[in-house]
Amino acid sequence: MKEIVIISGKGGTGKTSIAASFGVLGGKDVILADCDVDAADMHLLLEPDFENGEDFYSGKLAVIDQEKCTSCGDCGEICRFDAIRVQDGKYSVDPLNCEGCGYCSKICPEQAIEDIEQHVGRSFISAIKTGSIMAHAKLKIGADNSGKFVAKVKNEAQRIAREKNADMIIVDGSPGVGCPVVSSLSGADYVVLVTEPSISGLHDLRRIHALVKKFKIKSGCIINKHDLNPHISEAIREFMSEESIDFIAEIPYDEVFTQAMIQGKTMAEYDDKAMQQLMNFCWEKVNYYVNQVKQKK
Amino acid sequence: MKIAIASGKGGTGKTTLSVNLAALLSENHKVVLTDLDVEEPNSGLFLHGNLVQKEIMYKHIPEWEESTCTLCGECQKNCNFHAIIQLGQQIMVFPELCHSCYACSELCPTFSLPMIRQRMGELKYRKVKEIDFVESHLDIGQEQAVPLIAQTLGYVEEHFGHDEIRIYDAPPGTSCPVIEASKGADYIILVTEPTPFGFHDLKLAVETMLEMQKKFGVVINRHGIGDDKEIRDYCKNNKIPIIATIPNKREIARLYSGGELIYDKLEDVRAAFEKIRDHVLRIGKGGRS
Repeated sequence: MKEIVIISGKGGTGKTSIAASFGVLGGKDVILADCDVDAADMHLLLEPDFENGEDFYSGKLAVIDQEKCTSCGDCGEICRFDAIRVQDGKYSVDPLNCEGCGYCSKICPEQAIEDIEQHVGRSFISAIKTGSIMAHAKLKIGADNSGKFVAKVKNEAQRIAREKNADMIIVDGSPGVGCPVVSSLSGADYVVLVTEPSISGLHDLRRIHALVKKFKIKSGCIINKHDLNPHISEAIREFMSEESIDFIAEIPYDEVFTQAMIQGKTMAEYDDKAMQQLMNFCWEKVNYYVNQVKQKK
Repeated sequence: MKIAIASGKGGTGKTTLSVNLAALLSENHKVVLTDLDVEEPNSGLFLHGNLVQKEIMYKHIPEWEESTCTLCGECQKNCNFHAIIQLGQQIMVFPELCHSCYACSELCPTFSLPMIRQRMGELKYRKVKEIDFVESHLDIGQEQAVPLIAQTLGYVEEHFGHDEIRIYDAPPGTSCPVIEASKGADYIILVTEPTPFGFHDLKLAVETMLEMQKKFGVVINRHGIGDDKEIRDYCKNNKIPIIATIPNKREIARLYSGGELIYDKLEDVRAAFEKIRDHVLRIGKGGRS
């Protein structure tokens, strides 16, 4: 089994559209995982049935029992997150600031503080229109996304892939370089970096690639909207050759991405022959590079 | 007044809005622009000025003092983040999991876990014409953005007065980093685009703002790329003001790609930014949003 993670550093470069297109092209053999649980969008293209859901709990929140609290103020003294509020002599916890470290509950002389396990959302295993399965999640509004939820979605995808004897898992990651991204990278065989030729795109590509390199995972790059700025496209290609990043393909600036999305279709399905061919080409190249990595292992 | 620019979905134009609004406002006002997307900060790519100050930013993590440790195991029990583990005769600290709560350190009966500082990133303060610009970069490999966001906000709080207009370029998403970046703001501008992804993530962002009990309005970027009827109906039904629309033009994407500002180059874009500026100033005066 092979695991491919699609990330970009910068948001809005076309990760999800490309990941979902690969899902369609791979059909039954490819299990998908939407690990951008912060702003999950892949379900808008792949029509999951949301049939099989499960609540997910992670992290803690301190809650003060007003009956037991003697307003000694010890909790406020030790809290490093400015989460203890005092109003009219009454102590309470600001849930937006509480980090869930549990320090206050451990030192409260009256044992008036309890750490409550947090419901962070629901994870799903859904049948999708490709005939395959997708692991995804709905993060509760305001909930903490520590990367554990991402790990949960990924583990579910891996479990299903083993059960179904699937050939591949495609993971749609989140923007940035922090914990959710690190979590989505663990165990990956190959990373597809989707970038765009803008100074922001290149800046963020450098950072995300530095992270991928730390994990010693081989990567390839797709330059989306490549004709938007030929000068920066060239700089990206130079960066790729310096860093031995596989060059997968260039995709022209095309509002087909949006038009397909509006119809709820991936680019592999949208009625545009040139774009379909290009997606096919990307998919074949990704398969070629992943197999190379696998053979070396 | 503090304005945060947020979005839910990445790549909808937060940075474009932040830097152009800051530049336009700075024609007549004092502006402090802070890039709080510490994982991928981009505002600085559009602003060129003199470096005033550079600071290494640290977080604090425990360090095991083997000589005094009695291996009682309290630290492992006291850490909610599994950042300290006792393995046989050894105490291991996992810095990337540590939230710097100090519980292990201060509750250690033999004071064998003193907190030491560890570099997590770098802050830069630059003066760009009339804009005071502050940005932080999270070091690659550091996983937690929130402490750096909090410290960057602390720096701004310490170094600037309250008569300036502060603009925060927030990270994407709907969870901890964006909440940290916007919780101290007086008003949030949510940037969206009229596409299914844009609309879906706008709704998530709106719910997050409601949860935080924040005042907010919406700017529709790339106006014309898709039908904005759904967004307009949604905003109308939920009484959310649509502050302005920025047109979808390849020319804007091209200017952006090269790191150029757009508000001073295209007439209709300038008009849109003037609307946003006026809205912001009205809110600052305590007017209705």
